[in-house]
Amino acid sequence: MRSGSASSARPRAITVALAGNPNVGKSTLFNALTGKKQHTGNWTGKTVEAASGSVRNMPVRLVDLPGTYSLHARSPEEEEARAFLESGAADAVIAVCDATNPERSLILALQLLETCPGRVVICVNLLDEARRHGITVDTDVLEKRLGAPVIGTDAAHKKGLDALCAAVLRIADPPSADPQAVISPSEEAVKEAPAEMADFDKQAEWASRAEAIASAAVQKTGAGRRLDAHLDAIITHPLLSVPLMLLLLAGILWLTIVGSNYPSALLTRFFEWLEAMLLSGAAAIGVPAILTDALIGGAAHTLFTVIAVMLPPMAIFFPLFGAMEDFGLLGRIAFNLDGAFSRCRTCGKQALTMCMGLGCNAAGVIGCRIIDSPREQRIAMLTNSFMPCNGRWPILIVMSGLLFGRSGTLSALTLTGALSLGVGMTLLVSRILSATLLRGVPSSFTLELPPYRVPRIGVLIVRSLAERTLFVLARAAAVAAPAGLLIWALGAAAPGGISLLVRMKAALDPIGRAIGLDGAILSAFLLGFPAAETVLPILFAIYTASGSPGGAEAIFSANGWNTLTALNTLLLCIFHFPCSTTLISIKKESGRLSDAVLAAVIPTLIGILLTSLTTAVWRLFT
Amino acid sequence: MIIISCLSDLLPGEAAVVERILPGALLGRRLAELGLTGGTRVKCELAAPSRGPKAYRIRGALIALRLADARTVIVRRCPAASHYPPPS
Repeated sequence: MRSGSASSARPRAITVALAGNPNVGKSTLFNALTGKKQHTGNWTGKTVEAASGSVRNMPVRLVDLPGTYSLHARSPEEEEARAFLESGAADAVIAVCDATNPERSLILALQLLETCPGRVVICVNLLDEARRHGITVDTDVLEKRLGAPVIGTDAAHKKGLDALCAAVLRIADPPSADPQAVISPSEEAVKEAPAEMADFDKQAEWASRAEAIASAAVQKTGAGRRLDAHLDAIITHPLLSVPLMLLLLAGILWLTIVGSNYPSALLTRFFEWLEAMLLSGAAAIGVPAILTDALIGGAAHTLFTVIAVMLPPMAIFFPLFGAMEDFGLLGRIAFNLDGAFSRCRTCGKQALTMCMGLGCNAAGVIGCRIIDSPREQRIAMLTNSFMPCNGRWPILIVMSGLLFGRSGTLSALTLTGALSLGVGMTLLVSRILSATLLRGVPSSFTLELPPYRVPRIGVLIVRSLAERTLFVLARAAAVAAPAGLLIWALGAAAPGGISLLVRMKAALDPIGRAIGLDGAILSAFLLGFPAAETVLPILFAIYTASGSPGGAEAIFSANGWNTLTALNTLLLCIFHFPCSTTLISIKKESGRLSDAVLAAVIPTLIGILLTSLTTAVWRLFT
Repeated sequence: MIIISCLSDLLPGEAAVVERILPGALLGRRLAELGLTGGTRVKCELAAPSRGPKAYRIRGALIALRLADARTVIVRRCPAASHYPPPS
């Protein structure tokens, strides 16, 4: 460490910048070195915020720069990275290269060597993937040609990290100011270019240097790529692609529905027991009944219902989705669907945000950050709620049971049908928005299709659970308890002997009947604004308060339900305003209140339109 | 056989060498960063259904480009017998 006066100086922290292309495992390396759990999807290529952390409790601050292809382009990420590096704030730079694609990732490394001479350590990551694809990299040759230390790593399995740390520390703080401590580059590494060379040609020069160096240091057997090529040929096949994707979707839905049945039932029973305990405990210590009713019967009950309904499907859906992401399928899906989406003036990545919306619309909205064009990002956010989130699935499943009979398979099929409707409407509305409010032409975009990777199951589960599931659950809890309190209050407050809830139902009844529903259903959807999972419980509460106990079917038929009611409830469930959390996310992501308003109005109008249509047709034939 | 054509015209399996990128191309810079510069060998590997993007092997990476963008890259086709990557 740099020493000042022995007694009062504290060792100065070393700052190390982590730079590299997207998709080279930079985040994995960052997490491995700092112990953090940061995550970016491997198909997005976008780290949204630069993060920093300390390495292994040493006074070394590692700054994770956004993934970039070049230091000299116009995008904000690249500007940010270059500004940081040129400021001299970094004592050392780790240039992360991809062993499975050295030529391309070396281009940035060469730029870094030029921008920060003498301070760069080249890290060749993904050695395991490279080996799997029959590629071997000779780090000694690279070291000679580049004139900088080259360390091979496999961040996913934590290999090579010690050597990397040692090399970085040596560069950041050489043991002596001895110039011989720095490796002297070979002749080819030092090339002079005329200062006025246009950026474009400079880029070409770096590219050809990278190619030359890579061809000297890299051996490819080409064996591993054949499996990838076969998989790709099948997945993007003109005839097979759509059926395969539908099958994949239906499969994930089926797994989620069937897999969460038992855990949800268990959780429900557990919470019933818990509620009973809380109630009797509160009574035992003399808590006034109104308080226990409100807090336990109202707030806690709603909270428990939301958790029991929401947690199991999310705990299955998000890991499945994450597995597809890790594996590399999502990029191929975006690739397949881009044709259709670009004809609607948006892009294939929207399909991926829609998939995320299936888990949770708020997560889907945030996921729209992967879309480069701001206009297309807004369109994706505004239409995300056409994909019913996990919280809405129970409604769809119950309606499916009413319409078609109860069965896991039929439910999955109905859900797939509902989703297809949602997808069709998304394309249509995106096209209309592109022609009207959010006018524009299709953007240019590039999408890298990385080699298929074996998903790392352990990391995946932890990441899905910690990040997505718990995050969503936390916000649901924050919203569900107060919502439950409010609903209890509406039910309990009974001026003139009739509860506010019943009054609300009565007030909305005329409108409801006009579109083939009733006031209770409309009230339930309105009161379910904070959390979609509460709609069914509220509906049952309204019906049973007016006196009709029994199972779901009994309650519905006792309240005058018929096929039209079930169908229209299904339609309204898909097409109505998104939940409060989603709207807040939209406002935050786009910065415009008007977008949040649009996001609420558009689906609701469509829902009313569709239900009016079915009602009219129904009335015509009965 | 047409020798000079645009990148978007390559069919899966066809290889070519980049001649130039037309000026004014929106993606010009981005393509250069991805390694698509004069003299680079590229191979079309996949074509998405429904006139969607095509995926090209560029310097070892598989990159998908929309046809409208790939049209701005002029290439010289390699004769059918050639083999990419070149045997070393």
